[in-house]
Amino acid sequence: MSEENSVPEDDHIIICRNVEKWFDDFHVLRGISISIKRGEKVVICGPSGSGKSTFIRTINRLEEHQKGEIIVDGIELSNDVRNISAIRSEIGMVFQSFNLFPHLTVMQNITLAPMRVRKLPKDEAEEAAHKLLERVGIPEQADKYPGQLSGGQQQRVAIARALAMEPKIMLFDEPTSALDPEMIKEVLDVMRELAQSGITMIVVTHEMGFAREVADRIVFFDEGQIVEQAPPQEFFANPREERTRLFLSQILTH
Amino acid sequence: MSATSKPVSQPPAGLRLGPWLKKNLFSTWYNSLLTVVSSILIFVVLKALLSWVLFTADWSPVVQSLKLFAVGLFPLEEIWRVGTVLAMVSFLMGLSWGAWGGTVRTFAIALAAGFALIAVLPFDLYPPNDDSLDLLLRAGFLALPVLIAAGRLLGQSLRVKGSIIVLLWLLSFVLTIFLLSGFKGSTWLPKVASNLWGGLLLTFLLAAVGIVASFPIGVMLALGRQSSLPVVKLFCILFIEMVRGVPLVTILFMASIILPLFLPEEVRIDRVLRAMVGMTLFAAAYMAENVRGGLQAIPTGQYEAAKAVGLTGFQTTTFIVLPQALRIVIPAIVGQFIALFMDTTLAIIVGLMELLAVGRAVLQSNQEWLLRDKEVYLFIAILFWIFTYAMSYASRRLEIALGLGER
Repeated sequence: MSEENSVPEDDHIIICRNVEKWFDDFHVLRGISISIKRGEKVVICGPSGSGKSTFIRTINRLEEHQKGEIIVDGIELSNDVRNISAIRSEIGMVFQSFNLFPHLTVMQNITLAPMRVRKLPKDEAEEAAHKLLERVGIPEQADKYPGQLSGGQQQRVAIARALAMEPKIMLFDEPTSALDPEMIKEVLDVMRELAQSGITMIVVTHEMGFAREVADRIVFFDEGQIVEQAPPQEFFANPREERTRLFLSQILTH
Repeated sequence: MSATSKPVSQPPAGLRLGPWLKKNLFSTWYNSLLTVVSSILIFVVLKALLSWVLFTADWSPVVQSLKLFAVGLFPLEEIWRVGTVLAMVSFLMGLSWGAWGGTVRTFAIALAAGFALIAVLPFDLYPPNDDSLDLLLRAGFLALPVLIAAGRLLGQSLRVKGSIIVLLWLLSFVLTIFLLSGFKGSTWLPKVASNLWGGLLLTFLLAAVGIVASFPIGVMLALGRQSSLPVVKLFCILFIEMVRGVPLVTILFMASIILPLFLPEEVRIDRVLRAMVGMTLFAAAYMAENVRGGLQAIPTGQYEAAKAVGLTGFQTTTFIVLPQALRIVIPAIVGQFIALFMDTTLAIIVGLMELLAVGRAVLQSNQEWLLRDKEVYLFIAILFWIFTYAMSYASRRLEIALGLGER
């Protein structure tokens, strides 16, 4: 296991130290320690059930960790409600199953949180939403309902919705896993563009091409632990651990 | 493609009568047999029914007691209050039509037609042959469709906001109660004791209060039952399960007979109010269980997405969960409203003169009418059917209107 905790802390927007979590008897996270720099793009991969989704969900506290500490932008995650909402407003999240609000239009999906949480006036929120829709390439769909859009379009709306809160960190939980193959590219393109904007991104994905191209670092999870982490060239060219090699051979030759 | 050009393939044109009959009614020998037998059956039943309705039946108990069926014993000199309520409802109906259109239009037109029909009924509206009163009543009923039209014009030209109309409806509801009951000691709006309220008026009031009040209480109970606060949760579960374990009749009895025994002598809760409270609590418990079904159908992903964008628990419930949950349970809720409307007849056992009680009273009021129970009960059944059908029609339209954006 490689831990690099020697870097000064103020450079790091996310710091996790020995994070552990159980689902009843199942030990999902077994001492995760990782620090992520401001603006860094981290791709997390690993076999299913390895705890990678659970881990990124602990970062905005959709899951609670039971041991260790997580510090996001200088605020430690605890049960303090104010901390949680302060942190959630800095973190955008995109889910595997989109989780758009089906009873609201695309525009309402995007403007709801800025208007209710940030208290932006309606016209400002809508103007920002229009810009975001343009950015994700679907400005013409503003008045449709999520059910009328394709999967790829829905996921792009979900990205726009997360960006509307102007987060410092974006979490992606397998954003392309529920998509038909021909729609994966349109979502990945949006994410590539986003990566260039300098935002901090943590992406759980099996899209190794995307990882190779965009990631600053690839983190390999297995059985609730970080097995190996390295920059992409090194990760793909000469993985150090046997488990990593096995995973890569499975995922690259399927 | 221009709008006028014909599409390449057209659906088959409607069949003509001959082929249609063959296809739908006489396609096989047993279908033909079924068609013939049921035609004969329908003919026999309809003939008997129509000849009874038109020739045998004596509708005088209904025709001569219209006022009783409408408002019960509500004093004649104060009947203008009921008229004012009708006027208010008519105007608001028109206003809603003008602002919303759609299904409200159907209801507004039906209401206008109903009032116009009453105005031209071919017999005295109020039996004791007071021609001037009769004319006044007819004029009043004729004025109502005009009010609907006026409201519509106003709603269209002013572009009244939906939220304002909803507010006006709620306000009219409160006004109605005050107007009908009046105030003690007031000279121009004297108290009308609620035991004089009756007939369709009382049935409507019981149902409307039950529906309007039980809905928010039911939603609160459903949310409370899902609460993470143990005391709230326990209270809600206890309330729901206790009320659901008891028949409505029992609750009405308890509210009207047992409750006053425990209250001090000075506290006299009105009899109608007691029945209303009983029915509301009863309906709220069932409402809570319906709403809970909707709440449980909301996937956890919705809660997570709401959390992730920073909404608070209250905001999540208000903007994300309830709108979706309530839409899912509209059919169940309307079904319950219809049941509640018909359950108002149970108020008869605590001595309230609602529609059914008026029917019985009318039958017993005149020896010659004692055997006219068929006519009276048929009349009451038709009245109930008209209003419950309107409710279920409204619910279907509402579902269609809200169906947009369904996942």
